[in-house]
Amino acid sequence: MEEVFAPGEPVIEVRDLYKSFGSLHVLQGVDLTVNKGENMVVLGRSGTGKSVLIKIMVGLLKQDRGDCIVLGKEVSTQVGNDLRDLRLKIGFSFQNSALYDSMTVRENLEFPLVRNIPNLTRADINEQVESVLDAVGLLQTINQVPAELSGGQRKRIGIARTLILKPEIMLYDEPTAGLDPITCLEINQLINEVKEKYQTTSIIITHDLTCARETGDRIAMLLDGKFLKTGTFEEVFDTDEERIKSFYDYNFIQ
Amino acid sequence: MSARKKQYVYGRSIDNGLLSVYNAYVFFVRFFREIFRGRMEFQEIVKQCYAIGNRSLVLISLTGFITGMVFTKQSRPSLSEFGATSWLPSLVAIAIVRALAPLVTALISAGKIGSSIGAELGSMRVTEQIDAMEVSAVNPFKFLVVTRVVACTIAIPVLMFYCALVSLLGAYLNVTLNEGTSFIAFFENAFEQITFLDIWTSVAKAVAYGFTIGIVGSYQGYNASKGTEGVGKAANSAVVTSMFLIFMEEVIIVQVSNYFRV
Repeated sequence: MEEVFAPGEPVIEVRDLYKSFGSLHVLQGVDLTVNKGENMVVLGRSGTGKSVLIKIMVGLLKQDRGDCIVLGKEVSTQVGNDLRDLRLKIGFSFQNSALYDSMTVRENLEFPLVRNIPNLTRADINEQVESVLDAVGLLQTINQVPAELSGGQRKRIGIARTLILKPEIMLYDEPTAGLDPITCLEINQLINEVKEKYQTTSIIITHDLTCARETGDRIAMLLDGKFLKTGTFEEVFDTDEERIKSFYDYNFIQ
Repeated sequence: MSARKKQYVYGRSIDNGLLSVYNAYVFFVRFFREIFRGRMEFQEIVKQCYAIGNRSLVLISLTGFITGMVFTKQSRPSLSEFGATSWLPSLVAIAIVRALAPLVTALISAGKIGSSIGAELGSMRVTEQIDAMEVSAVNPFKFLVVTRVVACTIAIPVLMFYCALVSLLGAYLNVTLNEGTSFIAFFENAFEQITFLDIWTSVAKAVAYGFTIGIVGSYQGYNASKGTEGVGKAANSAVVTSMFLIFMEEVIIVQVSNYFRV
C-alpha cells in the first residue's frame, strides 16, 4: 500500500546522520526534516557534505550511522525493486547535469521514460518528451547533443530529464554553480515553477545566497558536519553567529 | 625506510591487491547474474557490435594482410632448404588459423576496443552519468556493461574470421608473386591441413578473448575514479590487463586443444 503524504507532513527525515570517508568526517550527526510541498535549501561552504547528504537520500551513498527516511522508507535498507520504486519518486539534478554525451536531448529524456514505463506508444513518448521540454523552455534543442548546449541549457535539460518521471521529490545539487547571474535567476525561477507545476518537495543544495533567498521556503545552514541553524532566510541570517555572518557578508559583498 | 614502515607499505599493497581481485570477482559474478535478469538491451548490443566492427576493421585488414604476407616471406627460406616450398600454403594456413588470426585480432581489439570501452565508461563514471542512470531507476550495469561484453563476445570471433581471410590473401599474394601458384591451387592446398578442431579451437579462443576484452574494459571503466586522470588510467589498465589475460588464455586453450588432437 502506497503511503500518501498530506501537505506539511514530513516526507524526508534525517536523524543523527554520520558519514566519513576514511579519516575525513563529513557529516557528524545531521538532523533535518523536510515537509511535503516545501523547498528546503541546504547552504554551506564547498566540502561540507551537502552533496553527500542528498546522495545518501537517493541511495548513491550509505551512511555510517543514523537514519535517512524518505517517503516513509529508510533508504539504506531498500534494495532491488523497492529501491527502484523509491528512486522513481525522487528526481536528482546533478551539479554538472550528467547528460548522456552520446545521446541527443530527445534520447536523454526518452532513456529513463521507456525503461521505467513499458508499453508506451511512440506518440505518448513524443508527447511527454515535448511537454517536459516545453516546461523548461527548451523545445527547440530536442535534436541537439549535449556538447552543443550552453551550461544553463544543460542544467535545464538535466532538470527536464528528472521531471519526465514525475517525481514527488526533487534534489538539486548546486543548480546555479558555474552560471552567469542572469542564467542563475532563470534557473531559480525554473525551480519555483517546477514546485508549482509538479507539486514537488525539493532540497536545493547551494552556496549561492541569491538562489537560497529566491527558492527556499526554509534554509538549513550546514557547517562542520552539522546543521548550525534552520529557518527562513531572515531567521537564519538575523544572527550574531560569526560563521553565518561571514558566509552572508562574503556572498553579498563579493 | 624503517622495518616497521616497510611492513606497513607491503601489508597495504597486499591488502589492495587482494581487494582488487575480490572486486574483479564480484564484477564477474554480477555480469552473469545481470545477463539473465530483466529485459535484454538488444538494440544497444547491435549498436555496440557495429561500433566494434567499424572501429577495428581498417586496422585488422591492414595488420592481417601484412602478417600473412610477412609470415609467408619469412617461412620460405626454411622450407626451400628441403625443397618443400609447395607446403607453404598449408603451413601458413595452419599458422594463421590456429594462432595468428585469433591473436592478431585479440591484440588489435584489446588496444582499440578495450581502451575505448575503458575510457568511455570511465568518463561516464567521473562525469556522474552512471550515477544519473542509477538514480533514474535504470540499471547502468545492464545497459552499459552487459551490452558491451556481449557485443565483444559476438563481434571479435567475426573479426577473427575476417582477419584469417585477409591474412590468407596476404599470404596468397606473396606465394603467387614468387611461385606463380593460382588462387584455387593455393586455397585448396591451404585448407587441406585445416581440421574442424582447428576452427573450433580458434572460435573458442576468439570468444574467450572477446569476453576478456569486454569485461576487463568495462571493469576498469566502471570503477574509474579520480577525474580525468582516472579515465586515462582505466583505458591504460584495460589494454594491459586484457593483453596479459589473452596470453594466459592462449596457453591454456592450446594445451586443452592439443589434448584432443590425435
